[in-house]
Amino acid sequence: MFNYIIRRVLYAIPILIGVNVLTFALFFMVNSPDDMARAHLGTKHITPQAVAQWKTQHGYDKPLFLNPDNTGINMFTDTLFYTKSLSLFLFDFGVSDAGRDIGHDIKQRMWPSLAIALPVLFIGLLVNITFAMLMAFFRASYIDVSGVILCVVLMSISSLFYIISGQFLIGKILRLVPISGYDTGWHAFKFVLLPVVIGIVGGIGAGSRWYRTIFLEEMGKDYVRTARAKGLAEVKVLFKHVLKNALIPILTGIVAVIPLLFLGSLILESFFGIPGLGSYTIDAIQQQDFAIVRAMVFLGTILYIMGLIMTDISYTVVDPRIRIS
Amino acid sequence: MNKYYLPHILSLSLGIMLFIAGCQNQAQNNPYRQQDKQANIRYATFTERPRTLDPARSYSSNEYTFISQIYEPPLQYHYLLRPYQLVPLTAQAVPKPIYLNKAGKQLPADPPAKDVAYSVYTIKIKPGIYYQPHPALAKDKKNHYIYHNLSSRQVRTINTLGDFTKTGSRELTAADYVYQIKRLAHPALNSPIASLMSRRIVGFKTFKQELAKAYKQLKQRQPDNPFLDLRQHPLVGVKAIDRYTYQITLKGKYPQFVYWLAMPFFAPMPWEADRFYSQPGLKQNNITFDWFPIGTGPYMLTKNNPNRQMVLAKNPNFHGEKYPSEGEAGDKAKGLLQDAGKKLPFVSKVIFLLEKESLPTWNKFLQGYYDQSAISSDSFDQAIQVDHSGKMELTPELKAKGIRLYSSVEPSIYYLGFNMLDNIVGGNSERARKLRQAIAIALDYEEFISIFLNGRGIPAQGLLPPGIFGYVPGKAGVNPYVYRWLHGRAQRKSIDEAKKLLAQAGYPNGINPKTGKPLILHYDAVITGDPNEKARFAWMRKQLAKLGIQLDVRATQYNRFQQKIRTGNTQLFSWGWHADYPDPENFLFLLYGPNSKVKHGGENHTNYYNKEYDKLFDQMKNMPNNPERAQLIQRMMAIIQRDTPLVWGYHPKLFQLSHSWNRISKPHGMANNTLKYAKLDPKLRAQLRTTWNKPVWWPVWLLIILCVVALIPVIIKYWYHEYHRK
Amino acid sequence: MHLVVLWTDLLVYILVISIIGFMFWSSRHEHWRAPWRRLARSKLGMVSLMILLVYVAIGLLDSVHLQSNGRIRSAFDLLVSPLGVHHEQTYSAPFAKRLYNKKTVFLTDGQQQRIYPQLKHVNTVNIGLQVGIAAIESIAIWAIILALAMLIVARINKQTYVHTLNRVIRGQAQVPWRLLSIELFIIVFLIMLAVNLASHYHIFGTDKVGQDVFYETLKSIRTGLLIGTLATLVMLPFAIGFGITAGYFGGIIDDIVQYIYTTLSSIPAVLLIAAAVLSLQIYIANHPQVFPTVTERADIRLLALCVILGVTSWTILCRLLRGETFKLREMDYIQAAQALGTSRIKILFKHVLPNVMHIILISVVLDFSGLVLAEAVLSYVGVGVDPVTMSWGNMINAARLELAREPVVWWPLLAAFIFMFIFVLAANLLADAVRDALDPRIR
Repeated sequence: MFNYIIRRVLYAIPILIGVNVLTFALFFMVNSPDDMARAHLGTKHITPQAVAQWKTQHGYDKPLFLNPDNTGINMFTDTLFYTKSLSLFLFDFGVSDAGRDIGHDIKQRMWPSLAIALPVLFIGLLVNITFAMLMAFFRASYIDVSGVILCVVLMSISSLFYIISGQFLIGKILRLVPISGYDTGWHAFKFVLLPVVIGIVGGIGAGSRWYRTIFLEEMGKDYVRTARAKGLAEVKVLFKHVLKNALIPILTGIVAVIPLLFLGSLILESFFGIPGLGSYTIDAIQQQDFAIVRAMVFLGTILYIMGLIMTDISYTVVDPRIRIS
Repeated sequence: MNKYYLPHILSLSLGIMLFIAGCQNQAQNNPYRQQDKQANIRYATFTERPRTLDPARSYSSNEYTFISQIYEPPLQYHYLLRPYQLVPLTAQAVPKPIYLNKAGKQLPADPPAKDVAYSVYTIKIKPGIYYQPHPALAKDKKNHYIYHNLSSRQVRTINTLGDFTKTGSRELTAADYVYQIKRLAHPALNSPIASLMSRRIVGFKTFKQELAKAYKQLKQRQPDNPFLDLRQHPLVGVKAIDRYTYQITLKGKYPQFVYWLAMPFFAPMPWEADRFYSQPGLKQNNITFDWFPIGTGPYMLTKNNPNRQMVLAKNPNFHGEKYPSEGEAGDKAKGLLQDAGKKLPFVSKVIFLLEKESLPTWNKFLQGYYDQSAISSDSFDQAIQVDHSGKMELTPELKAKGIRLYSSVEPSIYYLGFNMLDNIVGGNSERARKLRQAIAIALDYEEFISIFLNGRGIPAQGLLPPGIFGYVPGKAGVNPYVYRWLHGRAQRKSIDEAKKLLAQAGYPNGINPKTGKPLILHYDAVITGDPNEKARFAWMRKQLAKLGIQLDVRATQYNRFQQKIRTGNTQLFSWGWHADYPDPENFLFLLYGPNSKVKHGGENHTNYYNKEYDKLFDQMKNMPNNPERAQLIQRMMAIIQRDTPLVWGYHPKLFQLSHSWNRISKPHGMANNTLKYAKLDPKLRAQLRTTWNKPVWWPVWLLIILCVVALIPVIIKYWYHEYHRK
Repeated sequence: MHLVVLWTDLLVYILVISIIGFMFWSSRHEHWRAPWRRLARSKLGMVSLMILLVYVAIGLLDSVHLQSNGRIRSAFDLLVSPLGVHHEQTYSAPFAKRLYNKKTVFLTDGQQQRIYPQLKHVNTVNIGLQVGIAAIESIAIWAIILALAMLIVARINKQTYVHTLNRVIRGQAQVPWRLLSIELFIIVFLIMLAVNLASHYHIFGTDKVGQDVFYETLKSIRTGLLIGTLATLVMLPFAIGFGITAGYFGGIIDDIVQYIYTTLSSIPAVLLIAAAVLSLQIYIANHPQVFPTVTERADIRLLALCVILGVTSWTILCRLLRGETFKLREMDYIQAAQALGTSRIKILFKHVLPNVMHIILISVVLDFSGLVLAEAVLSYVGVGVDPVTMSWGNMINAARLELAREPVVWWPLLAAFIFMFIFVLAANLLADAVRDALDPRIR
């Protein structure tokens, strides 16, 4: 087990390098360091000297991947790619091109993101499982059919529409919650309420339908039929056996996304003015702050890989028959 | 479901209902904390997080919103008087330059520019002005600075400036102003006006080079955030004469310089702060000049979270400026002089909240959670009506809320430029001129203003906006190449006239005779992500299609757009200019030949070049505002109106909506430090907010009932199911 | 006037040809005919298929581009003209006769007045009469189509015409013909209604620059269709190629493929798309001569978006195929084929590919609606289709400002929502039906 984790972590290194190379290549296809300098120096009175100075200060005056002026190993180390990536691997995200420390910002913005993402995930899970169980219990009846159709209808509505109309109706017309904003601590509750509800409603369609299939698959298995044949009440079968066993694929599926919750929701956050990591990423893309973009991609990759490893481990925890080698 | 749970669930839901019913009459959507309900706090918004709050670097209006309240340059604009007028802020008087010739001999007042070798400005500041409490100025009993030698362990515990327990203050001195001017040359700061000042201030250029050298050496010894003590490096043109007096020497004559003295670039900076912020490790925690200013102004920044909110609180050490006691005619009747002579500022705290989307900003304003509408886009659209005389006023709904409307024309111009280096639209030939004139007629900016600005702008007749010296209103100021004066107003010439001009230019019906196909012109624009962008491009295409010309919109990211402008790789492009100071020179230089973008890297983006215009400009720029100057400006206008190097777009009007609890105010196109004049009535605000924000609960009840109803067939089905099993 | 083939048009033609080819191929294989028959019996599936076909017809018409006088217009534009060229000045509500905004007009004596100006392209007609006309017209058209369709059905089933009609009316046919004919009537009626009314009114109002919103939503159909289909078309070669080779050969190939898809899928998709779209824009900015017209430029951006959406979404299918091939490899008949010395390429094409085909088809139809929805989100982030291209995403994006106006401009959002919702709903329902037909185990 321990060896396995070590191996997986080591395996992550080439992936991280690959991701890094790709983001570098993609980003510099789009942005020359000159562009970045001008974007950060503002609009009026920008001189070429100022641009050059900015590049030197922020370390963007080196060649991208290969430095032909140097020899030997320095050809690779005295480059933008090497210098900017090395610190990433040491979890030093450095300073954003706008001059703020990224690690500090990430630490600060992580919490609002979680304040939205965690309730959406867990309350959403509860709601979805409830609906799915209802549909599975009344399978093939009109309740089931209309439930599935309702799910498809909910799935067919763009998430943007949920957000726009939710904000418009509940925030503006009914005046039940603040339209946007955020506050720290428990005061965050009223701000988080609407985005969380919208996040859950937006996920009901796909979630319940997916869990329904899992339940039905489980209900078709022999042990369920045996239990039923023994005269166990349908409700008991459902709660005692089906739910317990169906939770395994559901929970292991969720384990994979838990680390990614830190990254927040891109659209929800920027619509509701929540200072989380999702809106941080969008702003960085729009302002072309490469340092932040790179840091977020790196973080995202690590969390993704963590999710994969955690999934594997959770499989062994819930089902001892599976042994990782 | 187990029946034992039923009572619990019932009582729980009953509890929730009672709780909700209990809050029924309270405003549920108040985004602020309960305890601030009646506090004397002003709520405002910011849409973009500021890049920097360092007065040496900041050069955009969204940053000036903050730093103008904190830093105090020697001069400021008078709040009420128009045309814009400079008055002392920390200075004792607006300085009058002394002119010297090459030999250093003083010249009589207002000499011709060619005789002047140097102008000397001597600025005397008021004694007894103190800095805001700041840890950089904190001293212990032995008179040592407490926080100037932080250990790395200390640094680690510091996350914001508020984590320093002790603060101190000291008196403002002339040396602080000198220190800041020196900072403009600091190699690590890249001040946007460094190159401009190199041309103006005596010795600035060499000083800048010296600093760069010194900084490089220093950086080798101490790579992490070294402190370059600017006091050790003398700058010939700027020196402190005594504790309260300093002197700036400029090359030649530059009467516009006093306007610079009202900008934050020339605010004071205590050396202690520079020393304090230059400690290793602080930068990692975002504790820098960029985020934690130190000033003498009415407000100080107490909370800085550019991700969410910025809080300005009253500076306890503020020197107690008074509300102005004279104003324009009519100001008194409006009630603007009610508080004359009272101590500033009135509002004890200003909270700026980050709002990126216009929907929430506008709605929160309507709900009373923002005191003034800060929306610049089209959101207040139908909020405004125009009455018979053409005066703008509010719709009945907004009037009923007691909202006031302020409008003023901003000292800016948005225009469509032609690249004069281009061989189709540019150049000095009669053909190109006619083509440009035709396009100028076809672009119906009246329509643009009504669609995209909802009437919040006036079509430009030339470079100068109203309120700037040299602007001519009415018939005499109309651009005769685009407009005709009819029935007492300027009317755009008809599209047929434009077509005629186009035919004369050699493109009958927009057909390029060389190819036999429609003439294609390229239009470069910036992608801003504004949802209106698409509509704007479509509108532009529609305008030129009237002439049969095909417009090809090339939209790019801002920095790439700049690059194109710099290399002259454009035909048509949109640009705007907001005045640095209210002087015609600051607009007319936009077409000055030696200021061209491609050749000289200046601000003349069209690369327009006309010998006569340049000659007149040289003559005009150093003159005081007298009839002679006005005449020169008229001649320059005639030249550029004929040449049409740009389609004279529009001057935006600033419309501001303000709630009834705000004391009446007056919009100001130049000054940013007007927050100190604002006053509000928190009691009235709290009351109105409650009445406006009665929550509507019935849809929630309806939804719950619907859910219960939807459960009924489920329950029936369940009983049926159980019954049949047995 | 001559035909212009844009890049996306070309791909659409290829797509249509390959779909027809696939249908022809599968109709000759019994094990494929069975699922199609199952699909034809599914009510929801057939109803949504019909709706989708209407969308597809509009999309295809909009993919035939003609150039005249330097302007590129599609066959659809010509068909519905002058809908696309009748501009008002700015917003007007559905069926309005005047603009939504007041405008200052100058009277002859120099006086100003603030009024709601009359719309330019609206004729006041009796709406009830128009509905009546549309009803009569649609009954006629419907009857003709139905009669023809029944004739064909009767020929195929080798039954008499009367017998067929009888069964259809009683709802006894295996294919839900009765339901479909009712649906057909509704569709024909709606189309005729739109045809009759749209020439007199702006039935969904006009947008900020006075463009007819109804026209805009119809034009958005092509964008939605293209994104949903071309992205999968782009991704299929990657997913299939990498997936089955990795699963079949294992070893080092498997490692490389796994590395590629783990790396790609760990980058946040938005960033990947943003970078690709931005770099294309720069390429266009630097090489304006390659794409001389706005239409071509918007087209290439749409294509690029499809490609990059394909690149970001192939990893899931690839993983599925890899797993499935892994299982298939151990199957007896493949082991046997190997033992007989059949070449590996042949095994892949003859035995593996046909046996994973249902997975591919299911994932293609399932992905379709997700991609259409993704377009809207990307437009919001600012890396969607070109602002010039009409798309539901751009319309929803613009609605952010429109909802903030007083009074609210609600119709562009509503129009985009209705058309997009019906489209995605039909696609989702069809996807379900296809999955049930192809993979009866799940249900």
